[in-house]
Amino acid sequence: MKSLEELNAIRNKVKGRVGMRAEDENQTRVVVGMATCGIAAGARPVLNAMAKLVADKQLENVAVVQTGCIGLCRYEPIVEILEPGKEKVTYVHMTAEKAEQVVDQHLVKGNPVVKFTLGAAEK
Amino acid sequence: MTFRVSWKDTNKAMMPEISLNVLDVAENSIRAEASLVEILVTIDLEENMLKVQIIDDGKGMTKEQMAKVTDPFFTTRTTRKVGLGIPFFKLAAEATGGSFQIESEVGKGTKVTTIFKLDHIDRMPLGDINSTIHTLVVYNPQTDFLYRYTYGQESFELDTRQIKEILGGVPLDAPEVSAYIKEYLDENKSETDGGAIV
Repeated sequence: MKSLEELNAIRNKVKGRVGMRAEDENQTRVVVGMATCGIAAGARPVLNAMAKLVADKQLENVAVVQTGCIGLCRYEPIVEILEPGKEKVTYVHMTAEKAEQVVDQHLVKGNPVVKFTLGAAEK
Repeated sequence: MTFRVSWKDTNKAMMPEISLNVLDVAENSIRAEASLVEILVTIDLEENMLKVQIIDDGKGMTKEQMAKVTDPFFTTRTTRKVGLGIPFFKLAAEATGGSFQIESEVGKGTKVTTIFKLDHIDRMPLGDINSTIHTLVVYNPQTDFLYRYTYGQESFELDTRQIKEILGGVPLDAPEVSAYIKEYLDENKSETDGGAIV
């Protein structure tokens, strides 16, 4: 059975890293809806994809978090991006594939992917 | 009011795996401000039973709320008028000839116990339970989880209190820690159930 021994090594490695991320107002938050509607619509793979992409690209200032029911259940899976000083962007009908585009275009390059947003879907 | 739904329709469209129901109900415990959520999954081949228990020490429900919790049109959230998580879990268990029980006390917590008949044709698969546990643990650092997976005579546990003690402040969502937790769950589950697909 795998034990928790390896965690000691991981702890030392992470603590030794310079510039550990701290919770602050300058963080961009990526919020994934995970209520019954979100889970049933496939939010879990979206959450995992977003987290993996943010980690792989080493986006230090981005925190991926989950939330409950946003109230727009027919648009789930929903991902909201909150950047300090900017208006919230709500992405709807998200998939793991779309997550890749959103991270690349919006988080890295600063251009929201308008066609995936709530505004585009409501038209 | 009777709630009649075609079982096949809900099964395909909504929650095709027990692991997703577990994720959903555990989220209720987190919203109830639980400090510890216990998730116990037991597969007993001799008794032909799959038992799932979700036990929390959150704020609990009043008698009035308890009377309505299995009603799909009852919810305490304000964004929608339906609350499907508990009713669906109950439906899923009872469709296999199993059982559903929920106990709660204000200020003490809530306990959900579901029993599924293993060999029933309508039993949903357990599915990716490790992904559910991983998601809960990594994205809810303010809550502690005790997960126990039992298959026959073998079992293993994941206790976030132990993990946090060793980590000494390193966050659970640090990439190496998150990956490690996934590995820990996958390897131990394989050793416990020999890779069985439940």
